[in-house]
Amino acid sequence: MAVLLIAEHDNKSLKDSTAKAMTAAQALGGPVDILVAGQDAKPAADAAAKIAGAGKVLLADDAQYGHQLAENMAALIVELAGKYDAVLSPASTNGKNFMPRVAAALDVPQISEIVSVDGPDTFTRPIYAGNAMQQVQAPAGKKIITVRTTAFKAAETTGSASVESVSAAKGPGVSEFVGEELSKSERPELASAKVVISGGRGMQSGENFHLLEKVADRLKAAVGASRAAVDAGFVPNDYQVGQTGKVVAPELYIAVGISGAIQHLAGMKDSKVIVAINKDEEAPIFQVADYGLVADLFKAVPELEEELKKQGY
Amino acid sequence: MKVLVPIKRVVDYNVKIRVKPDQTGVDLANVKMSMNPFDEIGVEEAIRLKEKGVATEVIAVSIGPQEAQETIRTALAMGADRGILVKVDHEVEPLTVAKILARIAKAESPQLIILGKQAIDDDSNQTGQMLAQLLGWAQGTFASKVVVEGDTVDVTREVDGGLQTVRLKLPAIVTTDLRLNEPRYASLPNIMKAKKKPIDAKAASDYGVDPAPRLKVLKTTEPPKRKGGVKVKTVQELVDKLKNEAGVI
Ligand SMILES: Cc1cc2nc3c(=O)[nH]c(=O)nc-3n(C[C@H](O)[C@H](O)[C@H](O)COP(=O)(O)OP(=O)(O)OC[C@H]3O[C@@H](n4cnc5c(N)ncnc54)[C@H](O)[C@@H]3O)c2cc1C
Repeated sequence: MAVLLIAEHDNKSLKDSTAKAMTAAQALGGPVDILVAGQDAKPAADAAAKIAGAGKVLLADDAQYGHQLAENMAALIVELAGKYDAVLSPASTNGKNFMPRVAAALDVPQISEIVSVDGPDTFTRPIYAGNAMQQVQAPAGKKIITVRTTAFKAAETTGSASVESVSAAKGPGVSEFVGEELSKSERPELASAKVVISGGRGMQSGENFHLLEKVADRLKAAVGASRAAVDAGFVPNDYQVGQTGKVVAPELYIAVGISGAIQHLAGMKDSKVIVAINKDEEAPIFQVADYGLVADLFKAVPELEEELKKQGY
Repeated sequence: MKVLVPIKRVVDYNVKIRVKPDQTGVDLANVKMSMNPFDEIGVEEAIRLKEKGVATEVIAVSIGPQEAQETIRTALAMGADRGILVKVDHEVEPLTVAKILARIAKAESPQLIILGKQAIDDDSNQTGQMLAQLLGWAQGTFASKVVVEGDTVDVTREVDGGLQTVRLKLPAIVTTDLRLNEPRYASLPNIMKAKKKPIDAKAASDYGVDPAPRLKVLKTTEPPKRKGGVKVKTVQELVDKLKNEAGVI
């Protein structure tokens, strides 16, 4: 089974979700090529070539792929898909955007956000915000799959695949990039951080997120949020953890002033260790927390920062 | 211009679902059902476009069981003009839904189709994108802002890194994210009025689409349960446990 893996990158660098999706791709049991479609994306392609298990890296370098527009990406992938039995992509907002177009063009169902490969055509995926797991078997034909990368270990970066240029496909020319507002942060990315500290409605304001940032700086953590905190404008949308936001599975997840709605739990319940700080001892978040601290966050969080500092973090 | 809003009847977001012990699926008996929250946002956006004079007619379409008619009535009570119910009694996969919607789009010629980005039951996040491909249209997924201007629409999208804005030629597909708008509640007079609005009853065969699922569901199981942990009394105890017991800091 020949597999094409679509790389997640920002042209300059490769996201580690690519190496994680590689592990899923290899579980299908065949050679895996990686497609890097971008603009001036040679650095990303070179990084992809280091992923162990990559047969070769296909680099489609063209202005129309600079922002991963779904219409153009899908046209390219459909053109390349002929040689492959399966196409995989991380379930990032990019993969979620273009992969269903590819599936529709090939007239096959897409299997979204797999968390395990149980056989060459059999996969498990969460449904109902992760409150049930569904095992599905794909019909004959090409398999179009997005991967929940938190469920897979990253492949090693000991490879040395060759990078081959492929020509751009003719896009439908119906969409164009206008602009973007990307959150800038020196902290690690939410999706790949070892420690995540998230704030909810209990934080009361965006200003108060500085309390979390101070702890985050000591633990090299990423900062996340509940939907309520994003809706209230405390933090930008890309902070949202949950069923309809980002899914994270760090070593340590600290939920501060978050009640623990099922939609939030869906995005963090696979974390190794969960800490909850909440003043309401009945809050559902305590049912999934390994360590619960019933306390006022405005007292507990500064104390936590102080204690970490004292211990040399 | 016409706006089409596909809507799905799903288990209400407040319900904690139960997996059937025989692993054949999720127990939906006597469970509260509602319009998929993202679709509600889609209906609201379409109605606002009509109120601004951009849209002339809002058509709500649901593909599902007879009861999905209630979901369409909800959309009509919010302000949609008419409905189409394509009756299918079993679960329909996103590609099937997209194929039926593509046929409806060809018949109705909307300039904009606004769907929810995902249904909160199967969490697939596929239908809008598939429909866009089948029609050869542009798509603006995960929208937090939609501005129609002449023969294009600017869509601001919630993406992993922040926000991205794309300009799409009309006709186009938009899929909604949570922060696009806050859907209104239907008023009592509007609920009464909605009862008189027309709903067309159709079958998948009317559109030449075979609704049979193509993915085979082998089993549905409970996710691994997390064991409840312990309460700590102080921040010092917490840090000590994280360091010496869990070893995560
Ligand atoms: C379609 C849909 C999708 C959704 N997707 C998501 C999603 O992806 N992610 C997500 O998070 N939510 C999502 N939600 C929303 C979810 O249902 C909840 O509304 C949300 O998670 C609640 O956020 P919260 O816990 O911050 O707020 P609340 O539920 O209001 O909880 C605030 C908590 O803070 C505590 N608190 C207050 N003050 C203090 C203090 N001084 N010290 C300590 N504790 C304090 C309170 O005791 C309370 O437990 C979604 C909802 C819908 C309908």
